[in-house]
Amino acid sequence: MAKKESTAQQEQQEQQEKDAERATINVTDGTLIPTKKEQGALSAWNLSFFGAIALLVILPIIEPDPYLKILSFVPDGLAATFGVTLVSIVFALIIGLFAGLGRVSAKKAVNRIATIYVEVIRGIPLLVQLFYIYYALGPLLKLKGPSAAVLAMSICYGAYMAEIFRAGIQAVPKGQMEAALALGMSRSTAMRRIIIPQTIRIILPPIGNEFIALLKDSSLVSILAVSDLLRRGREYASTSFRYFESYTVVALIYLVMTLFFSRLVAIMEEKLRHYGSHN
Amino acid sequence: MAPIIEIKNAVKNFGSVRALRGVSLDVAVGEVVLIIGPSGSGKSTLLRCVNRLEQLDSGTILIEGQSVTDPKADIRLIREKVGMVFQSFNLFPHLSVLDNITLAPMEVLKIPKEEAQAKAKELLAKVGLSDKVGAWPEQLSGGQQQRVAIARALAMSPKVMLFDEPTSALDPEMIKEVLDVMTDLANEGMTMLVVSHEMGFARAAADRIIFMDAGQIVEEAPPETFFTSPREQRTKDFLDHIL
Repeated sequence: MAKKESTAQQEQQEQQEKDAERATINVTDGTLIPTKKEQGALSAWNLSFFGAIALLVILPIIEPDPYLKILSFVPDGLAATFGVTLVSIVFALIIGLFAGLGRVSAKKAVNRIATIYVEVIRGIPLLVQLFYIYYALGPLLKLKGPSAAVLAMSICYGAYMAEIFRAGIQAVPKGQMEAALALGMSRSTAMRRIIIPQTIRIILPPIGNEFIALLKDSSLVSILAVSDLLRRGREYASTSFRYFESYTVVALIYLVMTLFFSRLVAIMEEKLRHYGSHN
Repeated sequence: MAPIIEIKNAVKNFGSVRALRGVSLDVAVGEVVLIIGPSGSGKSTLLRCVNRLEQLDSGTILIEGQSVTDPKADIRLIREKVGMVFQSFNLFPHLSVLDNITLAPMEVLKIPKEEAQAKAKELLAKVGLSDKVGAWPEQLSGGQQQRVAIARALAMSPKVMLFDEPTSALDPEMIKEVLDVMTDLANEGMTMLVVSHEMGFARAAADRIIFMDAGQIVEEAPPETFFTSPREQRTKDFLDHIL
């Protein structure tokens, strides 16, 4: 009887831990993901998304100077913004997968190294990490602005990705691994064919949110002489002294992008909810 | 003939909880052994030690003379011979019914895809689910999922099948379809070690009933004598509760 009780307690505790995990999966930062309930024409998402687009269209028409000028000057930075974001997210995913596997590894040394990486990196602000890699380690690494930016963002977001991978792996019920082992599969085969595929479905939406967060944080690299969207805006503002107009356009462009991607993530989340139903 | 499963003095503790306190049990080829007992009596733990989902603290378990408990043993080779069916089915939700059954034969035994699929379809016919080849686990009822899980285990051509409370998570109207499949399997000569309280199955298919309590075997007997004239008082009390 005592055993039953203790396993019941254990199960309850595990369930609570799992619930907590799910909560961390759901409550990532990034823009608010629109839910199905608020998909009316006057939803917050529609108002902000189409409102921002309307402003970006109307302002240059009403006041071509400076808005049209800003709008033709600033988007050059989009290539840098997306370049840094995409390359960083790819490296962050690779780092995150391995660090996440390390976080659930039974091997103590591997587990310890992965955990220290996650704790240290998450404990230092991204801006400080950017300065550290570009200025403090600059003489040593000899990296140009964009490379330093990508390196810092990959290392930083790799740590957050690691936690998403860990939570995702742990959200797969224990019985899945047991069933795979009982069929004679090795632990690594079971990971590859049974656990990771289920993990990916669980973590795709939070990874989408990280992508949006990274897109926004990429504006920090403007400090490292990378000509991204924000830096282009700053360049225009500092020559024309039209600070209000320049930064309004920059903010609106960021807003349109993040709202667009958050809608994509929401659609993806909806599609992934059921196994098989869309195959 | 030597027993196919030999369990000697199995001891397993979970922290301060003594789950198994020296259990010895031999199962002959083709024998169907049913383990019953109150919750926490160690019956599921015993089953999970047979394919080393749990490692014994002391004692030995041999399958066809090969040690399961030796830490140096290649447990994967033994698990290929031992199929297991779980209370919660544990089908792989990201794979179709067919892929659930063919994955292990293809990955572990390196059986070609066509052969594995042909065998899977045969097994699905055997458990009465030929029409569910392309279905997804979440589209199936509990009873259907459990029958797929049995087919999945049989696809590895095991010598022994372990059933860990296979009908406990099922609605009453689905229990029979699973028990029928298990009874067929028993009649075909499969060696089965079953943790279950299904007395109908015990009478129809079991060769021997083991009653466990507090981590020990209290009594064992063929079904007819076990139910009609149990020797031990603890067995009588338990039977009073469940019959």
